[in-house]
Amino acid sequence: MSADHDDHHHAPDGHGRALRLGVGGPVGSGKTALVAALCRTLGPTLQLGVVTNDIYTTEDADFLRKAGVLDEDRILAVETGCCPHTAIRDDIAANLDAVETLENRFGPLHLVIVESGGDNLTATFSRGLADKQIFVLDVSGGDKVPRKGGPGVTTADLLVINKTDLAPLVGADLDVMAKDSAAVRGDRPVLFTSIRQDPTAAAVAAWVRDQVQSWLHQHH
Amino acid sequence: MNAAILLLTDSRLPAGGHAHSGGVEQAVTSGAVHDVPSLGSFLRGRLHTTGAVATALAAASCAFASGTADGPWAWDGLDAEVDARTASPAQRAASRVQGRLLLRVARRLWPSPVLEELAGAVPSPHHPLALGAAAHAAGAAPEDAALAAAYHAISGPATAAVRLLGLDPVAVHRLLADLSRELPTAPGERDLPPSAAPWADLPAHSAPALDVLAERHALAQVRLFVS
Repeated sequence: MSADHDDHHHAPDGHGRALRLGVGGPVGSGKTALVAALCRTLGPTLQLGVVTNDIYTTEDADFLRKAGVLDEDRILAVETGCCPHTAIRDDIAANLDAVETLENRFGPLHLVIVESGGDNLTATFSRGLADKQIFVLDVSGGDKVPRKGGPGVTTADLLVINKTDLAPLVGADLDVMAKDSAAVRGDRPVLFTSIRQDPTAAAVAAWVRDQVQSWLHQHH
Repeated sequence: MNAAILLLTDSRLPAGGHAHSGGVEQAVTSGAVHDVPSLGSFLRGRLHTTGAVATALAAASCAFASGTADGPWAWDGLDAEVDARTASPAQRAASRVQGRLLLRVARRLWPSPVLEELAGAVPSPHHPLALGAAAHAAGAAPEDAALAAAYHAISGPATAAVRLLGLDPVAVHRLLADLSRELPTAPGERDLPPSAAPWADLPAHSAPALDVLAERHALAQVRLFVS
């Protein structure tokens, strides 16, 4: 992030600002691919901004810029100092500053996506940073992962299980994953995706669009 | 000492400090810091150079915020004093990012006209300015701000070294305990100047090695900390 972000703070109640969506999950599960897919699908109709949190490079931001799914000025990278988790939960200052900078430069926006650096199953976003959060797993981590739970799996507003195309290759049973997810998540939704097969992530994008619409309805 | 200063010295304060190593990451990369004794030397050097400057400027900022430092000055003038004492552009940027994030937190913790005034005059102020103004808004005095600035100069880098080198955290805290005897504890002691002195007379110690480390760090392809 740069030192010259504009000075502006939003009201803590969220009135008049964009929906802030956190995307978290383990390393390599497809968070950046999902963010790119959301930009691709929602970009034509929604005003978007993206904040990435890389661990020691700006790789994710660079990937998104090169993917050409969003005007590159609308993508800001935040460096998180050895602790991706801290930057989304305990000390959200840099991320919040980046989110507000995007809103001030390009606003009014409908949606700002904050992508966490790859972390473990305990990663969750602070309510002070994200209004809604998606946790992304992939089948190649093993079909036991949803059963293991953890705050990301159990409490995220949406659980996405990605790379379903790999399930036969890694011996992952999608039915087991669906059943275990439902057991730990109750009524909260789970969506299975293969972003490689569907680069628009249609089902996830539809869920996000619903969240944006109800946010705008409540806060504008 | 005002108890509110404890919040300002706590590394858990959500003001973005966790992402900065104060030059330690590059010192580890270069091999200069590689164990507890070499970290101790690094921290002592930092405390008495850039730390002493930050200490004096934070005290001056707190005094200015309290209105006790009369003179034809303004926030941007004090901010320029920090610029003039910070040779490395990377260090200036790191200081401004941390100052900006501290100011945004302070404005919510201790809403006050003086913080709004600072944010209006300098949206991304140097860290010592934000710290001094926040200390005043919290009800603390310039000597409290000085102590917080001095502690900040060594505590963040110490934590970063624990993460980067896997050092024994108790051994590193022993270093901090020893160094705490060198922190300013009363007005006029050690490097703490009279806070109402003309700003040009404030300390201007330089640490060329820290400048070089900061510049190298800014160019590093792979890094964990912002600075």
